[in-house]
Amino acid sequence: MKAITWQGKHDVRFETVDDPAIVNPRDAIIRVTSTAICGSDLHLYDGYIPTMVKGDILGHEFMGEVVEAGPASTLKPGQRVVVPFTISCGGCYHCSKSQYAGCDNGNPADKQDIGRELLGIPMSAAFGFSHMAGGYSGGQAEFVRVPFSDVGPLVIPDDSIDDEKVLFLSDILPTGWMAAENAGIEPGDTIAVWGCGPVGLFAVQCAFLMGAERVIAIDHFAKRLELARSFGAETVNYEESKVYEALMDMTGGIGPDACIDAVGMEAHGAFVDNILDQIKVSTFLGTDRAHVVRQVILACRKGGRVSMPGVYGGFMDKFPIGALMQKGVTLRTGQTHVQKYMRPLYAAIAEGKVDSTFLISHRMGLEEGPQAYQKWHDEQDRYTKIVLKPGGMKQAA
Amino acid sequence: MAHQDELVRDDAPITSSKSIDPDWALSAEAVTIARAPDELYAFWRDVNNLPKFVESLADIEKIDEQRSRWTVKAPGGKTVSWESIITNDLPGQAISWQSAEGADVPNRGKVEFRDAGQRGSVVRVVIAYDPPAGVVGKLVAKMFQREPRIQSRRDLRRFKQLMETGEIATNARNPKMLAEQEGDDQ
Repeated sequence: MKAITWQGKHDVRFETVDDPAIVNPRDAIIRVTSTAICGSDLHLYDGYIPTMVKGDILGHEFMGEVVEAGPASTLKPGQRVVVPFTISCGGCYHCSKSQYAGCDNGNPADKQDIGRELLGIPMSAAFGFSHMAGGYSGGQAEFVRVPFSDVGPLVIPDDSIDDEKVLFLSDILPTGWMAAENAGIEPGDTIAVWGCGPVGLFAVQCAFLMGAERVIAIDHFAKRLELARSFGAETVNYEESKVYEALMDMTGGIGPDACIDAVGMEAHGAFVDNILDQIKVSTFLGTDRAHVVRQVILACRKGGRVSMPGVYGGFMDKFPIGALMQKGVTLRTGQTHVQKYMRPLYAAIAEGKVDSTFLISHRMGLEEGPQAYQKWHDEQDRYTKIVLKPGGMKQAA
Repeated sequence: MAHQDELVRDDAPITSSKSIDPDWALSAEAVTIARAPDELYAFWRDVNNLPKFVESLADIEKIDEQRSRWTVKAPGGKTVSWESIITNDLPGQAISWQSAEGADVPNRGKVEFRDAGQRGSVVRVVIAYDPPAGVVGKLVAKMFQREPRIQSRRDLRRFKQLMETGEIATNARNPKMLAEQEGDDQ
C-alpha cells in the first residue's frame, strides 16, 4: 500500500510499504477514506518528539471503511468508522474510569520503558506518534491495522453524513471539548484561548456551549483570528497588542477566569524568553518552549483555572510555579480521552450544535502528503486544516 | 552509619533500600491487574502458559508438579538453562521457587498475588540471581535488554495485557512483521 512516512526532520515521503493485516483477535483493518494532518504532526515534522524511527507511518486523525475484522472485533466489513487517535483497551483500571488516554495496555511492553524513564509512568499508545507512544503505524495511509477495534472506532450509520463532518471526532473536536471541560467553565466566565489552531478554535466553540459569557482568542494569524471571531470570540493579535495588558484591561483588572493553552511546545513569536528557549532546544538544554505557559499562568485570575491541551514533551525552564501557587491557580491537562467524548459529540454534530467543517481549507490527495506537510508548516495562515484523500482527489470526488 | 542499628527501618520494601547491598542481584516489580488473585495464580501456576508472556523463555519443559527445566535467552544469541523447583506453593496467593544445583544462572524468587479490592490484584515478582561474570555480566545483559529486572517488568506488562485484554499488544502491522520483530529478539 501507499503511506506517508517519517524520514527525519522536515522529511516525509509518500512511499510503498507492507500492507497491514490482522495480528490480534480484536484487530480490524480499515481502508482509509479521509485522513488529516494534525498540529501535533508538526511537532514530529520539526523533530521535537523523540523516539521517531525512519519509515514510521504518520497520522492519527483518520476514518474509513472496515475491510476485515478479527474474530474478537465487533465491527463488520463495510461499516464506516471514525477511529480515535488513542489506542485504548477498554478493560484496564484507567479505561474503566473513562480515562482512555491513560490506558495501561495499548503500548507494547518493550515500548513502555522509555516513557517510564522520561515521565515516571509509561505513556499510553497512539497511532503514528513515536515509539514512546507504541510505534503504531498511523492513518496517513491507504489501510490501517486498528487494535482493540471493539472499543475505539465509532460506527457512522448514516451514509448521508460526509466524512468531513465527522472526521475530527478522531482527535481535535474531542480535544477542544476536553480543553473547555478542563477549564471548569461557569456561567458568566471570561475564557482566554491561546492559539487559534484547530484545537483552539474548537475550544472557542465548546467554551460558549458550556456557558462562557466571553471568549478572548489570541493568535497572530489574521485568518485564524477571523475564524475565532466568527464564533463570537473577541480577538487579540499578539503582534499588534501586548497580550497581558490587553487581557487585564478587557477583564477589568481581574484576569480571565480560565486560560486555555492550545499552543503547546512550539510557541511562535519574537519574545526574549521564547528566543532563549529556542536556543536551549537547539542545544539540548531543554525541550519545550514555554512562552505561552508563562503568559497563561501570569494572566490567569486568582483561583482561576489553566487548561492545557497543548502538547509538551519534556522539561521546561522558568515555569512560573510561584504565580501558580500564590494565586491558587488549578492546572489541568492531558491527552484526550477520545472514546469518552466521541458519541456525545457525534450527537452535537448531528444536531448542528457544533460546526465541524469550517476549519478545512485544503483537500489534497494522499500522494501530495509531503507538499501538504510543507504548506501546513510554512503557511499557517492560509492552511487552517488539510484533509488527505488516499487514491487521490479524483477518486474521492 | 554507626548508629544504624538503633534506627527503626522504614516501611519501604527492602528491594528499594539504598544501604543494603545483597550478594545476589535483587529486584522487585509489581503490577495491578483487574482480575481476582485465584484466576491469576491459576494461569501462572500452569507452566504451559508461561511462554505466552515470559518473552525470554526459549523453552520450558515440565518435569513434574514441582520441577521444570527453563531455557532462557541470554546476550549474544546464547541460552542459559536451569532446573527450577517450587519450594513453596500457596494456592491463590504465592509461588516461590529456586534453581537446582548446577544452574547456569543460580536464582530464586517469588511471585505474590494479593487481593487489591476493586482494582483486582497486585502481582509482585521478587527475583534474586547470581549474575554470570558479576557486575560486568549484569551490564552486558542490560545492554542487550536481557537483564532479569527489565525482563520481569516487561513480562508483568504482557501478563497484565493478556489477562485484561485477552491479547498481547504489538505495533506489528501484520503477522510477517510480528515474526520479524520476534526474530530480531533471538
